[in-house]
Amino acid sequence: MKTFKVLGTGCKNCTTTTKLIEEKSRSLGIEVQIEKVTDLADILGHGVMSTPGVVLDGQVIHAGSVPSGSQVEQWLKQ
Amino acid sequence: MLEIFTVLADTVVWGWFGMARESALGQAVHFFVEDTSKIFVLLVVIVFVMGLFRSMLSPEKVRTLIIGKSRGLGYLLAVVLGAITPFCSCSSVPLFIGFLEGGIPLGVTMAFLITSPLVNEVAVVILGAVMGWQMTLVYVAAGMGIGILGGILIDRFHLERWVEEYVWKIQLGQMALTEADGSWHARIAYAWGEVGSIVRRIWLYVVLGIAIGAGLHGYVPQELFLRYASAENPLAVPIAVLMGLPLYSNATGIIPVAEALMAKGVPMGTVIAFMMSVVGVSIPEFVMLRKVLKPQMLLFFAVFLTVSFIMVGYLLNGVLG
Repeated sequence: MKTFKVLGTGCKNCTTTTKLIEEKSRSLGIEVQIEKVTDLADILGHGVMSTPGVVLDGQVIHAGSVPSGSQVEQWLKQ
Repeated sequence: MLEIFTVLADTVVWGWFGMARESALGQAVHFFVEDTSKIFVLLVVIVFVMGLFRSMLSPEKVRTLIIGKSRGLGYLLAVVLGAITPFCSCSSVPLFIGFLEGGIPLGVTMAFLITSPLVNEVAVVILGAVMGWQMTLVYVAAGMGIGILGGILIDRFHLERWVEEYVWKIQLGQMALTEADGSWHARIAYAWGEVGSIVRRIWLYVVLGIAIGAGLHGYVPQELFLRYASAENPLAVPIAVLMGLPLYSNATGIIPVAEALMAKGVPMGTVIAFMMSVVGVSIPEFVMLRKVLKPQMLLFFAVFLTVSFIMVGYLLNGVLG
């Protein structure tokens, strides 16, 4: 199972990103685990300064904006 | 090219609505129609074009660019990059820590954070289109000047002691530089996404700004401004700044208000000082920065900005008036 982490201090864009991943995984029928990381030290520990950031299986794959729907689908299908 | 918006407002307001040119309501509605169409069209075009080139700059890249530069060059890079790097305001805290961890001096980091809301690439282009290039140039130079001065003062007084201690202990992981998909298809999709998200975020500020501008334009007599807000009244600048402090708007939203004030004969220095105090100091930003800055630093920050805005106002009124 894929594990996603959404890095963000709790702003609107971060919640939108989490919801987007939830929705896409549900509609594609792919089971994923999503973890919200709000701790600053944790976020920076991943080397991300511009939030929201997305981590897939330990690898930072996105930072600085809400990802597009097609991008999220691509990550899910990888 | 921008005259088409005037023609459009002429057609709609004088023609279709049949309003009288001399009436206050007609003037206000004309202002509203012209500015709404003009500003939103510009906004969509500019955000879209900037979106196409987004991969060129990110806070992570800015950090890499500034690290290791001399202090003097650091300030300059910080304010220039602060003006043109788009980032969500909720990133200012992680960005602050990330910069400091990279060994970037506190003053240079603060210069970046001061300039970023004051001068942003989208608002600068719209300001140029609405108010002309001379005023825009003055505004940008003043905003960057304040950022550099703030940075220099913070370093000069060694204000590192007013940064929360835990900040210095955070360990930064290997900087993640995610490469965005560079194909044109992906860029266009991203740029459209940006247009949607930015317009959704700021449209209310812009509409409110235009409505206030329209009200001033149609209903407030010019004599009122000439009497109270002219360069002869030495209190006009500080009062404008103090009025602007508790108000908050996005840099784009304040432009129509500034436009109406200028048209009423308020001097440029006073208008710019007012714009900056509305845009540059906001309570949400301060609440966020409280996570990393001690109250003394926030107080210093607020006082410094207020005083600089007032100085900018006097200076410009003196030089240009």
